[in-house]
Amino acid sequence: MGVFDPVIELGRGLMETLRSFWFEPTVTYQYPEQKREVRPRYRGRHVLKRYENGLEKCIGCSLCAAACPADAIFVEASENTDEKRFSPGQRFASTYEINLLRCIYCGFCEDACPTEAIVLGDNYELSFTDRRQAIYTKDLLLEPVPSADMLTPRKMDPGAFTRSVPEMKDPID
Amino acid sequence: MDWTVWVEWIVKGFVLCLILLTGFAYLTLYERRALARMQVRVGPNRAGPQGLLQPVADAVKLIFKEELTPGKVYKVVFILAPVLTVVPSLVLAAVIPLGTKFNLFGREILLYVADLNVGILYLASIASIAVYGIVLAGWSSNNKYAMLGGIRSSAQMVSYELSLGLCFAIAIIMGNSMNLNEIVNAQGGMWFAVIQPVGALIFLIVTLAEVNRAPFDMPEAEQELTAGYHAEYSGMKFALFFMAEYQKMIVICMIAATLFFGGYREFWFLKDTIFSVDRYWFLGPAYMFLKVVVLLFFMIWVRATWPRIRYDRLMTFGWKVLLPLSLATVFITATGVLLAQELNNINYYIYGVPALSIICALAAVMMIYRDLRRKSNGRI
Repeated sequence: MGVFDPVIELGRGLMETLRSFWFEPTVTYQYPEQKREVRPRYRGRHVLKRYENGLEKCIGCSLCAAACPADAIFVEASENTDEKRFSPGQRFASTYEINLLRCIYCGFCEDACPTEAIVLGDNYELSFTDRRQAIYTKDLLLEPVPSADMLTPRKMDPGAFTRSVPEMKDPID
Repeated sequence: MDWTVWVEWIVKGFVLCLILLTGFAYLTLYERRALARMQVRVGPNRAGPQGLLQPVADAVKLIFKEELTPGKVYKVVFILAPVLTVVPSLVLAAVIPLGTKFNLFGREILLYVADLNVGILYLASIASIAVYGIVLAGWSSNNKYAMLGGIRSSAQMVSYELSLGLCFAIAIIMGNSMNLNEIVNAQGGMWFAVIQPVGALIFLIVTLAEVNRAPFDMPEAEQELTAGYHAEYSGMKFALFFMAEYQKMIVICMIAATLFFGGYREFWFLKDTIFSVDRYWFLGPAYMFLKVVVLLFFMIWVRATWPRIRYDRLMTFGWKVLLPLSLATVFITATGVLLAQELNNINYYIYGVPALSIICALAAVMMIYRDLRRKSNGRI
């Protein structure tokens, strides 16, 4: 260390801030106009998935509610019939509610789900003006049907969907 | 006395207050944008084009905020303290010349409010009054943190005022007058900052301490004292402290420009060209504005760069480094002026003074280094 090093260091500090003032591009996202892409594993608001044929993946087993550490999920199951079929197998979720004020977005519900029905999606723009709005019901969480003729509940041939948990590959992501 | 003189004074005073108030508002925006840019952010850019209406939004917010007066404060002083802080910062600008003169309705309008023949003494005395507001705010708040902030502030201001006064003395010696107009005119040939760079540097450092800016923002050290002397203030009273701080920044930059950077005058090498203030009067305020903006940028730049100095080191720096150094520069300046007069050789002044004072400053740096090394047992 030389005698004038402290002064030189002070000057170098000044030059550093001046350099970023003039030359460094800002890292700011101008949020409402310019949105940042979320990461593949981002855990945003939940989405209830459907199969390609439009049937709901959720079978109302309540495993997500059991796994939830914040006790944010409430599921009530009812029986499927061939006249009114919501999901493959015997039962479907007639009520599915998530209290997003309680949810801590840990993703345990995803892990617990035997049919990969509940997935934490990309939506992070969650804001509520009162507590009741924070409770997302099934119709808000459910993914839209692939095409208009695949609405649930719908009439199905008897015996076509006996198995509630499909054959699944190992999860990739 | 002619009534038009009174009208002229009132209008000039009013315009000066307006300049300072809008200057304060836009200085906050300037600082936030510049600071943000140095931190690779954008800063406030939503309200209006490029965030130009942000100060308006801030003002509206502060006016409509709830004003709390804590139960155990000394009410009279508590309410008086913000006023005592703001008024000196406004009054201070009265003697600073902003330009030459122009003709309006057959009258010759001079571009300053008061032409005081002891202008510098006025500056020194009013600048010291501002500390009362801060001390009284700290004391009347009946809060230990606020009290500590006020005490720190007064100690710091008193310590640094000595060096500030000596810097004023340098300008007085070089300008051969206490009138700010004459000091400015004396810088037509060469800025005092060029002849006495160390004096200008000391002045800039001391002004940072005087207006409680980083790295000398001890009184409001957030990490140690919550908000310092204005911890108990809210709403418009807080806004007054805020206003005082920023107005003082502007005014002190004006003073620095006047004493060392040629005031409203053009660059010394533009003398007798088309850019001279003697040619067009409106160039005077324009040059002043430019200089103030650059000096304010320096303050913001320093704030963005350097961390806060420890309190005991702040005092040590003020008393053991800046005071002897400024004494030495006063001595060198006076000797240079005297030698140039007696021996009738201007070279003693224009070469001797800067060379000797820079040598002095280097010696001071060397002594700080030795002191630091001694304290750290050679680990530096």
